[in-house]
Amino acid sequence: MNLGDPLVELKHVSMVYGAGANAVKAVDDLTLTVHKGEFIAVVGPSGCGKSSMMKLISGLMPVASGTLTLEGNAISGPINKVGMAFQASNLLPWRTAVDNVLLPLEIVQPHRSQIGSKRDEYRQKARALLESVGLKGFTEKFPWQLSGGMQQRTSICRALIHEPEILMLDEPFGALDAFTREELWCMMRDLHAQKQITALLVTHDLREAVFLCDTVYVMSDRPGKIVKVQKVDLQRPRDIEVTYSPHFQELVQELRSFIGRH
Amino acid sequence: MQKFKETILAPTLFVIALFLLWEIVCRVFSIAPTILPSPLDIWNALLKYWNPIVSNSWQTLFTTLAGFGLAIVFGLLLGVFIGWSKAIYGALYPVMIGFNAVPKVAVVPILILWFGIGTVPAILTAFLISFFPIVVNVATGIATTEPELRDVLRALGASKLDIMRKVGIPRSMPYFFGSLKVAITLAFVGSVVSETVGSNAGLGKLMLDAQAAFKVELVFASLVMLAVLGIVLYAMTAWVEKRMTGWAFRGENQGF
Ligand SMILES: Nc1ncnc2c1ncn2[C@@H]1O[C@H](COP(=O)(O)OP(=O)(O)OP(=O)(O)O)[C@@H](O)[C@H]1O
Ligand SMILES: [Mg+2]
Repeated sequence: MNLGDPLVELKHVSMVYGAGANAVKAVDDLTLTVHKGEFIAVVGPSGCGKSSMMKLISGLMPVASGTLTLEGNAISGPINKVGMAFQASNLLPWRTAVDNVLLPLEIVQPHRSQIGSKRDEYRQKARALLESVGLKGFTEKFPWQLSGGMQQRTSICRALIHEPEILMLDEPFGALDAFTREELWCMMRDLHAQKQITALLVTHDLREAVFLCDTVYVMSDRPGKIVKVQKVDLQRPRDIEVTYSPHFQELVQELRSFIGRH
Repeated sequence: MQKFKETILAPTLFVIALFLLWEIVCRVFSIAPTILPSPLDIWNALLKYWNPIVSNSWQTLFTTLAGFGLAIVFGLLLGVFIGWSKAIYGALYPVMIGFNAVPKVAVVPILILWFGIGTVPAILTAFLISFFPIVVNVATGIATTEPELRDVLRALGASKLDIMRKVGIPRSMPYFFGSLKVAITLAFVGSVVSETVGSNAGLGKLMLDAQAAFKVELVFASLVMLAVLGIVLYAMTAWVEKRMTGWAFRGENQGF
């Protein structure tokens, strides 16, 4: 695949929680580039700083040293060009699926000032997005009326509705059963192909990383740095059958050998 | 139908049985009405003193609801304020606990000193005693907003006020309405306590006077009235809670 322009660039980035004696260095000397349209995965042992890296890129935490840029501009605070989804769907229980998806538009400009007058138009857009991930007929349901997989689909739609530059997924399928997880992999694959989104996936599941991504980064124990960059050269579009191919298995095993070895 | 049986019929039958037993015990052991009047004595007293009981009930109801209303307004405001940031939460919480630990009866004389005997101390006592659970519940509801959800919104550039309006306050509503049942009961207790310590009207005052005049059956009649009022107030707030926070319970009531 031919890569687009660099979108997010981290160069020798470190990040620290707290200060003084009880400061915790979460990531150290982290260098990584996300290109436009690329789907990358970050894997690594628990507590190595993957979620912390997400917080850096979304502008929620400042870098302690190094440079972090989006389209060449330093990120120094929240930039509303990211959409985030986590392991828990965190939907608002008092809102229907479509109203949950609309939430970011009530915050991000210019939608924020338009949503009052153009509510129906935005609603239509949110419904279309939900239907594109297989939630036709469930758009007006409340979260408790949806299965775990459906809630997670809704959560990902919420992350995408304002058309962010980069979609950040922090173990989004971690709480789902194996079958639902594979269904959502396919949903993610199709979303990526249709909308040409750029995505950064944090996961503990190496098969998931290899199946979905173009590049997989392996992080070391805390403070996390990149110890391996693995290009995934599997042909797209990928079928779920590809996960049984010898080459796929090889890639997974190769990655596995880099985790917890340092 | 099943619901009617469980929530209306059963308790009514039980209360009737209780009063019957009471009546029988009073008669069988011929207990003096000056010690424990029988339900029939109390009923007669209720009829006989109906006018003073009703007018004093209105007074107690008024002070309770006025204090409760104040508690709702200040409880919500203070709850949102405390839930606003960890720092405010940390600074105010111990003060609140200390304040709440003071028995409110001890405050009534001060209130009387400041405002004179009358309606105001009763309202203020009801307010002081009942606003604490509201504050704590609202603050807890806000403070327990999932950090990931906060992050999702903050990354979009949401201000603290945005997060409060879109998430914090709505999600604290079940906590708020849940606290009202406790608060209304406390407000009622506060009013009556204040009336008993020093007042010129209200059911508490009526009981105090009846006791001084040795009208035991009137004391008990007032007590029954208090119980009835208490149940009505509780039932009203419980109904409001159910109506307002359906979404918080719906998920749990599956499978029946
Ligand atoms: N708010 C915080 N304050 C202080 N230290 C923190 C904070 N959040 C995380 N840490 C520390 O930073 C390190 C990295 O945490 P992070 O959440 O980024 O790990 P992670 O790779 O996402 O782990 P996991 O795979 O378990 O989710 C951990 O050692 C953790 O203890
Ligand atoms: Mg994490």
